[in-house]
Amino acid sequence: MIDINESVMQVLLAFIVVGPLLGAAAALLPAPPGLKGKSPEQAVLRHGVTVTGAVLIAAIVLVLGFDHDHPSKMQASTDISWIPALDVRIHLGIDGISLPLLVLTALLTFLCALYSYFKQRHERQTPRASSPNPKAFVALLLVLESGTLATFAVLDLILFFLAFETVLIPMYFLIARWGGEGRAGAAWKFILFTLLGSVVMLLGLLLIGITAGTFDMVALATDNGRSLTTSVQVIAVLAIGIGLAVKTPMWPLHSWLPDAHTAAPTVGSVLLAGVLLKMGTYGFVRILLPVAPDGFRTFAPYLAAFAVVGIIYGSLACLALARRGAKGDLKRLIAYSSVGHMGFVLLGVASMTPTGVNGALFANIAHGLITGLLFFVVGALKDRTGTTDLDALAEESGHALYGRAPRLGGLLAFAAVASLGLPGLAGFWGEMLALFGAFDPHDDLSRPAFLTFMAIAAFGTLLTAAYMLIVVRRVCMGAVPQDVPQPKLADVRTYEFAAWTPLVVLTVVAGLWPRTLLGLTDPAVQQLLSGGTR
Amino acid sequence: MSSPAQLLAEPLAQPLAQNLVQSVDWLAIAPPTITAVVGLVVLVTDLFVKDARKPLLGWISVAGLAASALMLLPLVNDDRSTFCQPGEPGVCSYTADTFTLAIQFLVLGGALLTALLSVTAVKDADRGLPAGEYWFLLLSSAAGAALLPASRDLATLIVALEVASLPAFALVGLRQGDRRSSEAALKFFLSSVTATAVSLMGISFVYATTGTLYLTQVADRIQRVDGQFTTLAQTGVVLILVGFAFKTAAVPFHFWVPDTYVGAPLPIAAYLSVIGKAVGFSGLILITVVALPSYADVWGPALAALAALTMTVGNVGALRQQATRAYSAVRLLAWSSVGQAGYLLVPIAAAAYSDDPEHSIGSTVAYALMYAAVNLGAFAVAALVGRTRALNRVADYRGLYASNPLTALLLAFFLLCLAGLPPGVIGLFAKVTVFSAAVDAGLGWLAVVMAVNVVIALFYYLQWTALLFRTPEDAPAGHRAPVPLTAAITVTAVLAVALSGAPQLILRFADTGLF
Repeated sequence: MIDINESVMQVLLAFIVVGPLLGAAAALLPAPPGLKGKSPEQAVLRHGVTVTGAVLIAAIVLVLGFDHDHPSKMQASTDISWIPALDVRIHLGIDGISLPLLVLTALLTFLCALYSYFKQRHERQTPRASSPNPKAFVALLLVLESGTLATFAVLDLILFFLAFETVLIPMYFLIARWGGEGRAGAAWKFILFTLLGSVVMLLGLLLIGITAGTFDMVALATDNGRSLTTSVQVIAVLAIGIGLAVKTPMWPLHSWLPDAHTAAPTVGSVLLAGVLLKMGTYGFVRILLPVAPDGFRTFAPYLAAFAVVGIIYGSLACLALARRGAKGDLKRLIAYSSVGHMGFVLLGVASMTPTGVNGALFANIAHGLITGLLFFVVGALKDRTGTTDLDALAEESGHALYGRAPRLGGLLAFAAVASLGLPGLAGFWGEMLALFGAFDPHDDLSRPAFLTFMAIAAFGTLLTAAYMLIVVRRVCMGAVPQDVPQPKLADVRTYEFAAWTPLVVLTVVAGLWPRTLLGLTDPAVQQLLSGGTR
Repeated sequence: MSSPAQLLAEPLAQPLAQNLVQSVDWLAIAPPTITAVVGLVVLVTDLFVKDARKPLLGWISVAGLAASALMLLPLVNDDRSTFCQPGEPGVCSYTADTFTLAIQFLVLGGALLTALLSVTAVKDADRGLPAGEYWFLLLSSAAGAALLPASRDLATLIVALEVASLPAFALVGLRQGDRRSSEAALKFFLSSVTATAVSLMGISFVYATTGTLYLTQVADRIQRVDGQFTTLAQTGVVLILVGFAFKTAAVPFHFWVPDTYVGAPLPIAAYLSVIGKAVGFSGLILITVVALPSYADVWGPALAALAALTMTVGNVGALRQQATRAYSAVRLLAWSSVGQAGYLLVPIAAAAYSDDPEHSIGSTVAYALMYAAVNLGAFAVAALVGRTRALNRVADYRGLYASNPLTALLLAFFLLCLAGLPPGVIGLFAKVTVFSAAVDAGLGWLAVVMAVNVVIALFYYLQWTALLFRTPEDAPAGHRAPVPLTAAITVTAVLAVALSGAPQLILRFADTGLF
């Protein structure tokens, strides 16, 4: 949109990746004089807001400077040799596929930092104990941000793996130290599942890199699998696919997700669902589709089948949790709904068509916005009522959030409706395009099979609508009992508005003008699928 | 040290006089020689130094080791050989090539760090450890370990191996009046002597069939062994391998490790876990890749199986350690060192299947260098904590962050490097080179076994790491660090952090010609 010098763009992108890391180191040091704030806690949380804010601004400038006429071209790319022995290069760059994810990550992390800062300030006035050691919290948050941003910005397979692994330790500690009930077990499950997946993925990446003679994603994508035999591709796709599928998560490798989400603190859940899961699907699109198309074609039907099972399974699990008397946890329910939503993303990718892949990328972003919002709202609900147990909340007649805290109730209903894919909101387009992709899959894939998948997935949207509406009915609706005095429920606070409004606005914008996003992704996707250069 | 071996290796027909005037490249043999000479100096000085001045001996040793390490500098990029067979160029007993220098750097640097740890340990033991003997033995062992990677004939190899291990037995059992210590020494001694005997037997078989002890000549002649002697040659190969497997503590020859480490003074446990391993590995590499490349189909599968077994048993052993058991921190490090030995074996096994064995060996060298820095760092922190918590249980590390934040962060960093997970970037890349050596050689199954092991290992490393940041159970004991300990922790930390930023510093060995 505006013309920014290429070298400035390079510096911006490098700053986005490295900045949070430096910020994390700085967070551990004592605050310099003049920045001490009212208390050490406040100072370090403010430091977090400053760093993530700077990164967000850099990301926005990057969007402005991005050449929107050529989104399929790698821009702001840096290519420096780092470890010649392993042929690892620091190769950074963004195109229409990675740019939206980069901005989403920067935005969500900033909102999380903002939310934590104001929450701490708010809680200081109320007698409740604040979270332990905000210093470590901010440092971990920033390392996490750096890892996720790097995942979307690097163009070297080994570097991708490094970034992919970087998020594990911070997330482990975020869950294990700031989490709720059952956090230790959940954190272990999270890190062991993902690590097992990612070491297998490393083997696949090495197989590709060693056979093709380069780890550079752009070179490999341009090559489009021509220098890899089909058998190598099949093995590599299986190995890499397992690693990515654990992260995504794909049914039946999803079982770490509900536990991790339930136990994680609000901020952890938001980032886990909003950003970390996307690293898996991004890997599918960025690495597997262009680099090993033959291998991917072999597994595409299976991937689609698992994706569809995931959609149905996630929805049924949610329905079971939403039932009266099931003692369903709201956070666990959203986690299962993520399994379903990521199923749509995988279905879109598995169709191997531009339509499907565009839909997948769109659904990725939409899921990040909407689920991020949902976790924020549910987290706020938990802060107020002390529980996320649906039965405890709703009792017999419903929690009547509309009556007691109308704005909070309205936001929850909005997020739930967006999540079920109401046309006009972000959730709709991604899932529809993914279904379109499955309706008319790549020529080499079996159409009847994909038609079946499409039909089942479409049925899944109905189930999704069902459980989301049940949740809205049980939590938001109901009569406020007049006879018994009810504990007062604070409505949405100012800082909560500040943190959530961007998500609401973007959900609406992406729903009404899907072109803003699709215009970015489509050319890049076309190029990836047709083999690098077009 | 190598001259007797040299004489032994000479065919008797050689005129003796020519041997005696043979020119010696003193610069090339400087690193092990200086170490040995300083060892003798310390032993003699001990007789003339009053009790109160004994710490002087420690600092002489530290300076000597530093000097020997510095003497490696002029040798870089300069393939020197000495003690050569007259008239046959390229057949030498001592060679200072890239491989030699890398391992010598590891050995001398590791010994230097051990010496720093020992300064405190000897002082704390308060005559429980006789200073003069301790330093002499440590330096002798280091001299032998530094000689080993340079030796290019079987006799020198065995002599160096023994010079490295015999003082180590004594060091393990040196703690006066400690039953555990002497029992550990005995265990170590018996298993190690058996290993040597077996190796010697194997070497005699190989000598019998090839008529030479020089590795390059063995490599050449063993391919043309008389038909009826092939069985003898093969038996010889297997026996030599078994001997060195003992030294590297590969499963099933690992049982002496945990008890020996716990029984030995802590710096010696650190020494054995790094330098003891380096000795075994460099010997194994010389025997397999330099001397017996034609027998790759024998030692390749054997080493691959050994690697898989070693890492699995080591990691499962470490996993089963209970945090509250006495000395569990050292035990855990001992078992984890067995597991790490398994990873180190993978590239050597891969060398058998690869077109470019030096490339694979480079992965082992790079991994060993990373492991040396990080493992010594972890031991240094353990030595620090062990000063106030004599039992050194893993549970004693709970809440270390509250009392010593920097030490806790560093230990966490070392452990994550060992686990191979960011922020321990160098650990991750070292593992990546090992994986890529395995994948390159087509050893997919071994890579998968290693992948599973990496996950198992993460469990116990991370459990320990997480413990550091928990809230302490009782009032945290502040650990005041004496200067030598601080120096050791600082050096290892700087190394590990610098390598994480620039992994190429050690990974380049995986990309250059070593021999």
